[in-house]
Amino acid sequence: MQSVEQSSRRNFLKIAAATGGGLFLGFNCSNAAALPSIVNPEALAAGAVNFNSFLTIGNDNIITIFSPNPEIGQGIKTAFPMIVAEELDADWTLVKTVQANLDTNKYERQVTGGSGAVPHSWERLRKAGATARYLLVEAASKRWNVPTSEITTEKGKVLHKSSGKSLTYGELADEASKIAIPKEVKLKDEKSFTLIGQSVRNVDNKNIITGKPLFGLDFYREGMLFALIQRPKAFGLKLKSVDSDAAKKMPGIVDVVTFGNSVAVVGKSTWQVKKAREVLKIDYEKEFDLESSADHNRIFKQLLENGEATVRRKNGNVEEAFKNAAKVITAEYQCPFLPHSPLEPMNFFAHVREDGVELVGPTQTPDRARNEAAKITGFPPEKVTVEITRQGGGFGRRLSADYAIEATHVSKMVKAPVKVVWTREDDMTGGTYRPAVRYRFEAALDKSGQMIGYKLRGVGMNSGNPTREDNFPSGAVDNLLIDSVEHKSPITTGPWRAPITNFLAYAEQSFLDEVAEAAGKDPIQFRLELFEKAKKSPAGEVKYDVDRMIAVTKLAAEKSNWGKKKGVHQGFSVYFSHRSYVAQVGEVVVEKGKPVLKNVIAAVDCGIVINKSGSLQQVRGGVVDGVGHAMYGNMTFKDGAPDQTNFNGFRLIRMSEIPEVDVHFVDNGISPTGLGEPALPPAGAAAANAFYKATKKRLRNQPFIEEEAFKSIS
Amino acid sequence: MALLKLQINNRSYEADVDGDTPLLWVLRDNLGLVGTKYGCGIAQCGACTVHVDGEPVRSCALPISAVGKAKVTTIEGLSEKGDHPVQKAWEEVDVAQCGYCQAGQIMTAAAFLKKNPKPTDAQIVETMSGNLCRCGTYHRIKEAVKSAASKTK
Repeated sequence: MQSVEQSSRRNFLKIAAATGGGLFLGFNCSNAAALPSIVNPEALAAGAVNFNSFLTIGNDNIITIFSPNPEIGQGIKTAFPMIVAEELDADWTLVKTVQANLDTNKYERQVTGGSGAVPHSWERLRKAGATARYLLVEAASKRWNVPTSEITTEKGKVLHKSSGKSLTYGELADEASKIAIPKEVKLKDEKSFTLIGQSVRNVDNKNIITGKPLFGLDFYREGMLFALIQRPKAFGLKLKSVDSDAAKKMPGIVDVVTFGNSVAVVGKSTWQVKKAREVLKIDYEKEFDLESSADHNRIFKQLLENGEATVRRKNGNVEEAFKNAAKVITAEYQCPFLPHSPLEPMNFFAHVREDGVELVGPTQTPDRARNEAAKITGFPPEKVTVEITRQGGGFGRRLSADYAIEATHVSKMVKAPVKVVWTREDDMTGGTYRPAVRYRFEAALDKSGQMIGYKLRGVGMNSGNPTREDNFPSGAVDNLLIDSVEHKSPITTGPWRAPITNFLAYAEQSFLDEVAEAAGKDPIQFRLELFEKAKKSPAGEVKYDVDRMIAVTKLAAEKSNWGKKKGVHQGFSVYFSHRSYVAQVGEVVVEKGKPVLKNVIAAVDCGIVINKSGSLQQVRGGVVDGVGHAMYGNMTFKDGAPDQTNFNGFRLIRMSEIPEVDVHFVDNGISPTGLGEPALPPAGAAAANAFYKATKKRLRNQPFIEEEAFKSIS
Repeated sequence: MALLKLQINNRSYEADVDGDTPLLWVLRDNLGLVGTKYGCGIAQCGACTVHVDGEPVRSCALPISAVGKAKVTTIEGLSEKGDHPVQKAWEEVDVAQCGYCQAGQIMTAAAFLKKNPKPTDAQIVETMSGNLCRCGTYHRIKEAVKSAASKTK
């Protein structure tokens, strides 16, 4: 393979020829800047004064802030530095944000998951900024010989207003770094924030819009080989024999190696490897049952009836309540499997050397990737480095280290730097899905329409507990029983954005709409009565903040002008997840005889909003994700293999199908709680309850487009 | 394998690849132009959109042998300094979440606005619905296309 640029910049890319089947030289580059490689983050702040794990200040006044947590589109690479910069009183235009490598000595919880980064790091990041500010003020105090009480800071400068003296942070950095770090440092009054709460643009915007190498798939290294892996085509199969003779003879192929049930084709370009993989001859044998969606539907119903259930929460006397009920409402809700579908498919670079392992790529759990690579190679974890790239979405898929494990195996076996690439088909059929779930709800109402009894049984798949037993309405119903039954499936499953609650919220909030209707009550009024009950005479422990639930409910009602819009069918939903509270009103309008979801009004309490722009988009994106998968997301199985293998079979929501999303944040000054996930869980039910108002047809299963009720109306 | 001459971003390139190799993979694996993204490989998501003689094309489904003497523009060549009106609008509206699909979105929008400098909202939605954004930044994509349209001469 040879490729030479012919322009005036002849050396822009000079690629050495690889002859025969030997070592592939890849990019042999005379101009390193042209290589799409991601540089060592530490080097980006070279020469600057190191204040702590989070920041350096250069004599040029550039403040480099390291963001330890993986960026998957949740905006952490912008939000984290904002928190540090706020307490530091930095000039944001002089702040450079750098993604830190994995470093468990410097940072805690370098994980993206559970909407936990900001809640976990809020105090730490503020202290990091405040400590640096303290040192700069001390240094100025010494130099000017004035008390620190007379010194203020503003936009990267230390000021002594009475004398008119000022110094930039860069000018003081060396002196400040020699001062002892205080044990305690005073944080700002939150009311005086000037950066937090503003709209700050994504720090990677310029690189994104100009196509710079940022993502794992963009990582290339001299001499790097490409690997595609053939995994069993169905869950439950195991490898029996491999004939790779034809594949090995294909152009550009260096080797074909086998580990576990995987066959890796290794070569000089993605396309060559892909073509060679197609001519592999592999025999598989059955190891476990090859399950189909029809099996799951049958198993779910059986387990709901006679499964051995684990009790998750019990209050009062449920049997008694149902016996005495004036009315009993029962409904079952089910969702299918979902792939995560991050637009950047799984990929990872590994170089197993004689002295250690280098890993580079998109992962939500870099430490897990490191530990797995250490196990495979026998190196201690400290001999494994992990460079975290920007990630083209995650949605929980990159919490699994499977693809980093693959890259390590292949690099170890072929003794070369290797990037494992998954095609979209690999990504969609390769597992760790949001599992299918079925719930059965039962509610007992007394004569006055009070909910006196509540039962929920969930049938999960590999998920342990498919309920969130302490979430609302627990605490608001005197007699309550929540239990679950488990089915073990060979189909691999894992966390998917807002694990469990991504469908539980839908089912529960749709069911409560049914109960409110049976009780003859307005859906919002019905919930407010339950909240009051949870506040005044709670049934057992209440593990959510009832006042915050009430506040978002009322805000959504107010902003949507609930119940007062002509020709608009409104549906309500409210949910607590990942420490945050979100209420939503879906609005359906009938156009040409068809119900169309036009708007979603979201009231969000995530405490203090860090980045207004990022947070607003996070909520809009969460609603689009929640509505999109509720309406269209459908993965089914036949004999252990997914029926959908790419975006032609698996439908993702598109621009023409989205509602407008109107977002309102509660301003309560509470320390920030999660935001990457909480807007998603309530979205589906807000839509479904609005569709019900418009059509009088309940949508109890996802996706809506497969429901008879929806087919007949759209 | 055949030595092919290519015109990309007003420069000449040569690539020695099989004729059935999609333009996408030649750009990425052979020429180091990684701004064009792989998303699905079957022209469904639009992440790989480039311009071929000014037309928006899914480079994942275009064999390199079919490119011939056509002029290819990728995100790297859309403007010298990243200041094409569409790029500027994307920055000002703060469109990107993860950012992976955005090069394809921008290339789709830029080709569209060149032909339809004053589009209606419905035309924007119809065109941009060909590109997937898994993060759900569609509201802002629409806003940015409108903003760019108002500034495109």
